[in-house]
Amino acid sequence: MVEAARRTSPLEGRAFRGHGIVLAPAAPASRLSLRAAEEALPALSKALGLSLPRRPKTSAAEGGRAALWLGPDEWLVIDEQGADLPALAAGVSALHSAVDISHRNTAILVSGKRAEEVLAAGCPQDLCEARFPVGAASRTVFGKAEIVLWRTGKTVFRVECWRSFSDYVFSLLEKAARETM
Amino acid sequence: MLLIYCPYCEEERPELEFRHAGEAHIARPENIAGISDEAFERYFFIRSNPKGIAYERWRHIHGCARFFNAARDTVSDRFLATYRTGEPKPRLEGEGQ
Ligand SMILES: [Zn+2]
Repeated sequence: MVEAARRTSPLEGRAFRGHGIVLAPAAPASRLSLRAAEEALPALSKALGLSLPRRPKTSAAEGGRAALWLGPDEWLVIDEQGADLPALAAGVSALHSAVDISHRNTAILVSGKRAEEVLAAGCPQDLCEARFPVGAASRTVFGKAEIVLWRTGKTVFRVECWRSFSDYVFSLLEKAARETM
Repeated sequence: MLLIYCPYCEEERPELEFRHAGEAHIARPENIAGISDEAFERYFFIRSNPKGIAYERWRHIHGCARFFNAARDTVSDRFLATYRTGEPKPRLEGEGQ
């Protein structure tokens, strides 16, 4: 008998806890890269059970599922319960593209009162609450890696990055967390 | 760090999120297989490379991923205006003229 492939987190066992900062891998989630024009948004919103945000740098979250605005016709949908998102989108006949990227991305949760400061070590955006409030989401860079940054709380950020970049991103976050202590 | 206003994100963002994408407002010939070698050369290779205001394509590659156009002064490196793809060149006065 062939043993079924078992997928493990690329950040298995990684964690950091310092003064005012906690770094932790996020639990596995399902993810969708969604591209659609304005006409398809009402039907897609209904199918996904949340209102796809139309404004730059915003997100909409509803019971463990969230849609992050990435571009004028692009969203990252994350479901923390692991729902079958492509199946939900498949029921929509309006023209759209929905690609399952659940295993392309992984995420790191950055929390604590120094979260902004630690992220600023590699992210050039202004992350103060006035410019990047709770609920703000954006594709950007962290060091040399592209990430999607989402502020889920006053001192809590979710850093989505490609699985193969996660060791680099986690290590750089950890280095920043130690150096700014 | 240089900040560039993205007309799709509607705010200034750090230059690290952007990539330059060549001269703007160059229309691809409709009958590209039928044009002369000289016409193809002009379309494909010849660029204006002005000292002063240059109209350029930029891409917010690590942001909204959109291409847009920018008017930039090649002497001061200052961005004078950015505008969405498809919009006409803005009329600019003063600097770089
Ligand atoms: Zn943008």
